[in-house]
Amino acid sequence: MSIPYYVAPEQVMQDRADYARKGIARGKSLVGLTYQNGVLLVAENPSKSLHKVSEIYDRIAFAGVGKYNEFDQLRVAGVRHADTKGYAYSRHDVDARSLANVYANYLGSVFTHEMKPLEVEILVAEVGPVIGEDAMFHILYDGTVMDEDNFTVLGGDSESISEKVEQGWAESMSFAEGTRLAVSALTGPDRSLTATDLEVAVLERSNGRRAFRRIPAEELAAVL
Amino acid sequence: MNLPVFDLSADPGPNFLHLLAATGHLPPVPEAMAGGSPVSVAHGTTVAAIRFAGGVVMVGDRRATEGHAIAHRRMEKVMPADAFSGVAIAGAAGPAVDLVKLFQTQLEHYEKVEGRALTLEGKANQLAIMVRSNLPMAMQGMVVVPLFAGFDHNHRRGRIFSYDVAGGRYEETEHHATGSGGRDARTTIKLGYREGMSRDEVIRLALTALYEAAEEDSATGGPDVIRGIYPTVATITESGFEPVSEEEIAGLFNQLIADRSQAAAADRGAGEVAVPAPKARRAKPRGSTT
Repeated sequence: MSIPYYVAPEQVMQDRADYARKGIARGKSLVGLTYQNGVLLVAENPSKSLHKVSEIYDRIAFAGVGKYNEFDQLRVAGVRHADTKGYAYSRHDVDARSLANVYANYLGSVFTHEMKPLEVEILVAEVGPVIGEDAMFHILYDGTVMDEDNFTVLGGDSESISEKVEQGWAESMSFAEGTRLAVSALTGPDRSLTATDLEVAVLERSNGRRAFRRIPAEELAAVL
Repeated sequence: MNLPVFDLSADPGPNFLHLLAATGHLPPVPEAMAGGSPVSVAHGTTVAAIRFAGGVVMVGDRRATEGHAIAHRRMEKVMPADAFSGVAIAGAAGPAVDLVKLFQTQLEHYEKVEGRALTLEGKANQLAIMVRSNLPMAMQGMVVVPLFAGFDHNHRRGRIFSYDVAGGRYEETEHHATGSGGRDARTTIKLGYREGMSRDEVIRLALTALYEAAEEDSATGGPDVIRGIYPTVATITESGFEPVSEEEIAGLFNQLIADRSQAAAADRGAGEVAVPAPKARRAKPRGSTT
């Protein structure tokens, strides 16, 4: 009978966390922030069709960084969860908090039970009826949930980007101001970003039932 | 509720119906009952759709009946399916409203999962599949017959699709009406329809058709001036589904009634319009039990 090597549980978790963090750090970052008219999501993403930011439900959006196939699977699962819930109960019973908990449970269980943790960090954002009531839930690869006010940054280089956003953020920012702030925070000293390198979407309070709207490249270029 | 994550082989894809089946949310179909349907359920009645230069106009009366009784006076039978299409329903009200809710969710679900909306043809086919899946219910008297219309961005025009109980899907070139008063409405539309009509002309024709249907069919609701209940009207054009405001409909309907009253008064040779008596001209001798 062969006896497996003993590995301390702390070590197992540490190794998995390192693995997930390394995978996430390889990708590009993403900024989510609240502005005057809702929630603004700005991602560095050169692809026009493989989205990092998407619609989940009437007032809820999803954003993910890390491995595309893994966060896209989470996005589809979120759409399924929200649509099923809205169909079975009412459209008003679908909220970001409950969806964030479901995501956290799933990510946490994959992190502890599966061979490989998911190399993703996701954001579930919801636009509220009035300014100050928007919600953003930032969920990590191990299922940790953070209820963020005002702004949040996903991805490898989040600390330095966060600092830059913090300096410029104000509650009554317009769409243009918020976009410029997020883009300047994502831009490093040695490189610049143009409209074609970015994916921008908003959850607009005034957009009717479906608040989610993608910002086309022309509109974005005009703002920048 | 858990996060619905599936194995690759069991993945429902962008299909919301398959998702409901996979997660056990699809309501069971009741067993067939001997001797037809013993329960009396609410039925929605007449709806119509007419094409015009810029798109399609859809109308529906507001009455639902249960046997010979009026079940509801304010039922909405014309609803948006998504931003660029609408669905109008006739038949068993409960299953019909549920069908529309499911259809709306199905279209939006596909759009969100796939990142792009279905073509109008694709939407029409989806609805056919859903009507066909209602066939066991239809055999028990719960018939649902929708009318589907939308703006086709590929062909740059409005299109109308009608259905039968078995899920047959037929494209109508100009107009269609269905429900208990559908035949009467169709006749009126057929007589008044011309190529290249404007939006306003088509709305007026559609309202006239509903008025005529209400005169001949007891299950179709006419204008309820006392309560201010008028038919539901919506237009679907290049810019999307847009309900016509209640004031506009009320104005047109009141105009229609005034015209009819005037014509009836002229028929009687009264020379002046005193009290509106729209039905006087059409009084026919009929066997009555009273």
